[in-house]
Amino acid sequence: MQRFIRHQGVAAPLDRANVDTDLIIPKQFLKSIKRTGFGPNLFDELRYQDEGYPGRDNSKRPINPEFVLNQPRYENASILLARRNFGCGSSREHAPWALTDFGFRVIIAPSFADIFFNNAFKNGLLLITLDEETVEQLFREVEATPGYQLDIDLTAQQIHRPAGESIGFEVDPFRKYCLENGLDDIGITLDENSEAIRDFEARHRAANPWLFRDEAANQV
Amino acid sequence: MAAQTLYDKLWNAHLVSTREDGTALIYIDRHLLHEVTSPQAFEGLRLAGRQPWRIDANIATVDHNVSTLSEERSAGISGIADDVSRIQVQALDDNTLGLGIETFGINDIRQGIVHVIGPEQGATLPGMTVVCGDSHTATHGAFGALAHGIGTSEVEHVLATQCLIQRKMKNMQIRVEGELGPHVTAKDIILAIIGRIGTAGGTGYAVEFAGSAIESLSMEGRMTICNMAIEGGARVGLVAVDQTTIDYIGNRPFAPTGEQWEAAVESWRQLVSDQEAQFDQVITLDAAAIEPQVSWGTSPEMVTGVSGRVPDPQSFTDETAQRGAVRALEYMGLSAGQRMTDIRLDRIFIGSCTNARIEDLRAAAKIVDGRRVAATIKQAMVVPGSGLVKRQAEEEGLDAIFKRAGFEWREAGCSMCLAMNADKLGAGEHCASTSNRNFEGRQGYGGRTHLVSPAMAAAAAVAGHFVDVREFVETPVQAAQA
Ligand code: SF4
Repeated sequence: MQRFIRHQGVAAPLDRANVDTDLIIPKQFLKSIKRTGFGPNLFDELRYQDEGYPGRDNSKRPINPEFVLNQPRYENASILLARRNFGCGSSREHAPWALTDFGFRVIIAPSFADIFFNNAFKNGLLLITLDEETVEQLFREVEATPGYQLDIDLTAQQIHRPAGESIGFEVDPFRKYCLENGLDDIGITLDENSEAIRDFEARHRAANPWLFRDEAANQV
Repeated sequence: MAAQTLYDKLWNAHLVSTREDGTALIYIDRHLLHEVTSPQAFEGLRLAGRQPWRIDANIATVDHNVSTLSEERSAGISGIADDVSRIQVQALDDNTLGLGIETFGINDIRQGIVHVIGPEQGATLPGMTVVCGDSHTATHGAFGALAHGIGTSEVEHVLATQCLIQRKMKNMQIRVEGELGPHVTAKDIILAIIGRIGTAGGTGYAVEFAGSAIESLSMEGRMTICNMAIEGGARVGLVAVDQTTIDYIGNRPFAPTGEQWEAAVESWRQLVSDQEAQFDQVITLDAAAIEPQVSWGTSPEMVTGVSGRVPDPQSFTDETAQRGAVRALEYMGLSAGQRMTDIRLDRIFIGSCTNARIEDLRAAAKIVDGRRVAATIKQAMVVPGSGLVKRQAEEEGLDAIFKRAGFEWREAGCSMCLAMNADKLGAGEHCASTSNRNFEGRQGYGGRTHLVSPAMAAAAAVAGHFVDVREFVETPVQAAQA
């Protein structure tokens, strides 16, 4: 997992509540065998004017010029400003995979759906929850200022704006620790428990040798 | 030590560590892999530069996506017509073989539905923890093993650490006491249980199935019951170890031998709930009162006895259930009060990890022997659970019985259970299916699934509509043919 300590980037406003994971990445793309490569089809139905399917050359598809991520001023956006209940619906982990593959590192919204929230942090995506009013203010600033960038300092838990005061935010200490150290669940388990697992395994093997096929093979 | 349930014993025997937040690290003995939920997990390992913790704990096969047509199958991976499926099947081989993981590939006689082949190979043993990126992993609990379905991130976690992060569940015991009537099977028991407790009844519980009716079941029957624990909301189903369990395992390829066998059997005999063990909930059913079951709706709890009728949505107590029933009847094209035996069928599917073992095929063959599939049935198919089940059935001449009756005899795989390959229902078609989920669109867009036992599916194939298999077997073969 990519480490997250501090990140500065262009913010893009997605002005729509209840964005579900189907909208983030439609079902026909779940047939993929990869965890990467979903970026070109992120928000497929909003981004393009026709129906996408796996293997299609997206460069030949008619794009929807209205859609925020298709506007030149939001090119290379890495921070998404969103509305209430972002990421609701199906539990597909493909949703955070698509967002990070596109290049997003941070999403700021008044609220997120539960499962999406978990999945996102597992994949190195920082989700920041701010009150409706503050989010509304950010929407206005972003829209009024081409090239608007935010500077997100995870360590200090501060969002630095180009003008005006910084905004503090909350983050669960354990999740913060994982992000700062680039550790996913697996990293943590290995870090904290490798020795315990090995010890357990040795005892378990001694008590139940038949559970280990190399033991069974030795016996023959 | 305080009295423990079987689940408590299995949990305690695999506990590596516990965190302050109540989560625990559980050691995993057996990890089963298939083509659909594993590719991203392997990719994740590669991207992070990690190695699997323990290769010999893993076993892989292809089942969800493979064609069940012999012609297409015989050409191996390159013969798979659907591009996406072919890539997924190839990816499994590439991922597992490169690491040295034992893999039962597309043309291996041991290939089959992941939950059929684990037990068949003796790769599922009592006292194990078993996981797989598939919710029907509960099947393996029939052996007194702690078996969970897991997600793709967890597949990767198990590959990398040999452990799973879990919270302990509560204990439920479902007792089925007494003797089953003739032609009433394990499938009817579990459907009746789900009809009683509902699809969320087991949520948060590890469910142990017990009582004299469960004890008298074969391992195949116990697997059918544990398989559908998940349809009752429970991620874990269990049956205590007894002589039936031990007899089933003896001499299977992955089972211990010699002194280790003796030691293993001694330890497995402890895998029962202590007499004094406390369950958070106990439910009891009378086996003799269970009749052959048929589902009428779009959730496994929407089920009734074959002598019953499609219920009136008004008969449900709360409004949510009423709305659900109205919607289900509309989708299923049924009306309240209709007799279950008046439901006409278009297709028959005998297969899936619930009911595609040798005993299931024998039960179905016994019904169709000497009879013919009704002319109004568009397709009747038998899809064995594994290559070895198929071979066994052929040795017993079951394939000939099915083919003579007008059934198609296919290669092993998940097939029409989830319709990821070419085996599908058409819109509006009714299917008597021995699988486990009757959700909207599960067996094909607009398809209408009725869950039944293999014997009930076989009888329905001959009659063209549902019939009570208990009465059906009384009709002379000649008369049924006319
Ligand atoms: S047979 Fe059906 S339920 Fe069983 S593993 Fe295959 S798709 Fe899943």
